[in-house]
Amino acid sequence: MAQFLLPKNSVVKKGQTFAAPAGAKKTRTFRIYRYDPDRGDNPRTDTYQVDTAKCGPMVLDALIKIKNESDSTLTFRRSCREGICGSCAMNIDGVNTLACTMPIADVAGTVKVYPLPHLPVVKDLVGDLGDFYAQYAAIKPWLQTRTPPPPDRERLQSREDRAKLDGLYECIMCACCSTACPSYWWNSDRYLGPAALLAARRWIADSRDEAGGERLDDLEDPFRLYRCHTIMNCTRTCPKGLNPAQAIAEIKKDIAARRS
Amino acid sequence: MHPRPLSPHLQIYRPQLTSVLSILHRASGVFLALGLLPLAWWLTAAADGGEAFARFHQCAQSLAGRALLLAWTFCFFYHLCNGVRHLCWDMGAGFSLRAVYIGGWLVVAASATLTAAAFLAAYGVLP
Repeated sequence: MAQFLLPKNSVVKKGQTFAAPAGAKKTRTFRIYRYDPDRGDNPRTDTYQVDTAKCGPMVLDALIKIKNESDSTLTFRRSCREGICGSCAMNIDGVNTLACTMPIADVAGTVKVYPLPHLPVVKDLVGDLGDFYAQYAAIKPWLQTRTPPPPDRERLQSREDRAKLDGLYECIMCACCSTACPSYWWNSDRYLGPAALLAARRWIADSRDEAGGERLDDLEDPFRLYRCHTIMNCTRTCPKGLNPAQAIAEIKKDIAARRS
Repeated sequence: MHPRPLSPHLQIYRPQLTSVLSILHRASGVFLALGLLPLAWWLTAAADGGEAFARFHQCAQSLAGRALLLAWTFCFFYHLCNGVRHLCWDMGAGFSLRAVYIGGWLVVAASATLTAAAFLAAYGVLP
């Protein structure tokens, strides 16, 4: 049964405020979710005034500036700072996205930053993605074959067949889509979620893969696949512009087609 | 070690046309199911004769009764129109974000128009 309220230990309290340094010209307010596992207190939101005149344009730039100059305890994941690694996925201004590709200027008023929704919080903006990765592993994201490969070359694919993977292979597994899905919030123990299902579709659609039937067998389940109710939050939020909802619909169609 | 807190979800996620229309579809379905009770009452009242039917009619014509009928009418048309949208999706059509938003607003506009038309017809304004 879905639990709509936060458990007692997860209710967010008001935290402290860090003012901008004297002489700041263009300050913006950032309200950031904090949780310290060592203290074990309830999470809180701390407020930081940031001088955006001396800061890069993206929300990630502001987070790094805060960590460097105001509060070194602020914890978040980041790596590539150009939207290809998926590390800095978080909830900014109420929508999941990558902090490194989200301009501060696109947010009106206070910039509210939370970890990805409905995850166990390790620290501050770092959510536990263990289940998410296990779900990815569960769809066996690798090429499965039965026939021996050609002796003199690799398994080749026509341009047309390769084009069928466009919009599927670009996923960076940032978890924005899955953690934006209310159905995944309530059933993440049994529903695979949009990211894993998009990956599953990527292998079903691959002309070189020979385990399509088994893959569909594994997915044909009231929870693993059919907890998708076409809410479309996944597609709405994907920072790479992919369409997990459509990929899931294609899997459902494949299953319906082989029944008839 | 302390048990990890759960990050906020419903509390912080911005309501969007996608999720709002989705939950409205489910809510309207539940509300329509509840509407089976007054529908059954209406039918049994009609079978029970004039006095019973007058009692039903009195309730239905009260302000609360009219408000509920308006809500049921809207839920009926919304659930119907959004159901058609779901059928399109089941066929694999209309998944682009643009189509989702156009379709969503179309469904809202269509159900509002049909509800208004049904009520105007009921009040004798429309033929």
